[in-house]
Amino acid sequence: MNHLPQAWGRPRDDVYGAYDHSYFQTSGPKQSTQQPIVTGTSVIAIKFKDGVVIATDNLASYGSLARFTDVKRLRQFNKSTILGFGGDVSDMQYLDRLLLSLAIRENYSSYSSASDDTDDTSNLESLNAKNLHTYMSKVMYRRRSDFNPLWNQILVAGFGNDEKPFLASVDLLGTTFSSPSLATGFGAHLAQPIMRKVVPDEASVANLDKETAVQTIRDCMKVLFYRDARSMDKYSIAVVTKDGIDLKEDEKLENQSWAFADRIKGYGTQVV
Amino acid sequence: MFRNNYDNDSVTFSPQGRIFQVEYAQEAVKQGSVVVGIVSKKYAVLAALKRNAEDLSSYQKKIIPIDTHYGIALAGLASDARVLSNFMKQQSLASRLTYDRAIPLAEITARIGDRAQTNTQHYGKRPYGVGLLIAGVDANGPHLFEFQPSGVTQEMLACAIGARSQMARTYLERNLDEFEGATREELIKHALRGLKESLAQDKELTVDNTSVGVGGMDEPFKLYEGQEITNWLETTFENREGGAEGGESMEVDS
Repeated sequence: MNHLPQAWGRPRDDVYGAYDHSYFQTSGPKQSTQQPIVTGTSVIAIKFKDGVVIATDNLASYGSLARFTDVKRLRQFNKSTILGFGGDVSDMQYLDRLLLSLAIRENYSSYSSASDDTDDTSNLESLNAKNLHTYMSKVMYRRRSDFNPLWNQILVAGFGNDEKPFLASVDLLGTTFSSPSLATGFGAHLAQPIMRKVVPDEASVANLDKETAVQTIRDCMKVLFYRDARSMDKYSIAVVTKDGIDLKEDEKLENQSWAFADRIKGYGTQVV
Repeated sequence: MFRNNYDNDSVTFSPQGRIFQVEYAQEAVKQGSVVVGIVSKKYAVLAALKRNAEDLSSYQKKIIPIDTHYGIALAGLASDARVLSNFMKQQSLASRLTYDRAIPLAEITARIGDRAQTNTQHYGKRPYGVGLLIAGVDANGPHLFEFQPSGVTQEMLACAIGARSQMARTYLERNLDEFEGATREELIKHALRGLKESLAQDKELTVDNTSVGVGGMDEPFKLYEGQEITNWLETTFENREGGAEGGESMEVDS
């Protein structure tokens, strides 16, 4: 390290040669995101009678390269709301900062002094999952209307205005939809059919207990690791209930069985 | 000769540490006709005395519903209240659009408070000449807030602002303990009695000069005027007017 702050944290010129500034365009037409670069794969979530279970793996891929293996893609917003991000990781980090500023604005109690006399400030009504999902949909739609989309698909899990479990999706176009179980990316093809067996419709959510829901999600994560080449065996899982969020960010896939693998034919150089 | 040199604008302190323009604005609130607000556990009620400029003219609006969950009552310059209420309507709508949430009353109150305060800090601007009572229900229950031209806002259990409002405040202070558990009808009666305390000797509350606004946990904020409040006026003041006559007729009967 030398005495020039602008050089700190950068590759050393004497080792790597001077930095090629032509890489940075200083003129030319305005450019916006054309494709995601560093990406996270599926987010999966399922509602059960007392809440929602949501999971993502901890991988950020650079194309097909497993570039970062400890990226947390579940983000807790408050005591009962959590978001899962699929798609571009830098856009996820931007949204993370946006949500942080929103949370600070929301929780900074310049105007919540009215509730100061209550012992427990945590039951102070803040933005719930429904409110946050609406906000996220406006952010995403605004950015796509600027032709500069945030390249994500996001699942928002928590509780709605009616205090019932809430789960909804918003994507880079600002499209929103909701379902008893949701999955983004490859999960929409591989995990969703498994989850739909457990909760085929809204009514069956009331019959699903937490243990079954968690086990379903864990099974889905395993299937995704088996079949999705951009996934990994370390993952995060969160259970949202009225008591709060139980977020585990360093889970390992257990009881893997690759016995099915030798029956798969027809990939790559394999000819038989 | 002894002109006050420190009241030309709202940014100059007097040597005593006062800002006269803000104090003058607070005088304007005292010139406005009285408005009363009370909250219970489940309801928030506003009551206001309307004034007409002359006998042939209509009455000045005193209670403005802003959103489905709350409304305001004003004392002072109605035109300033119009500016503030338009701002509040816009902010309330924005909250519903971006968050799908009814704006918390504490938040909207803080926003107009901030807006009013900046007016006292910029040369060439003037404070709002209006005081507001903001009453309604949000996710945290019923609320009543008081707003002053200085930008000061306070949450209140019961409050009265405007001309001769001290009388109404005295009534509210005396009956404070009854408000929290009061029913909807009782709360409206208290508000009307408080309002009545502030009236000049020769004045009466009538269906023409009285406005009532009610918001509750299970009902949207609504403004009641004219024939809608006949019943409340009759039942609230039956002891006073009917008392003397009723007492006599009772004796005749027996």
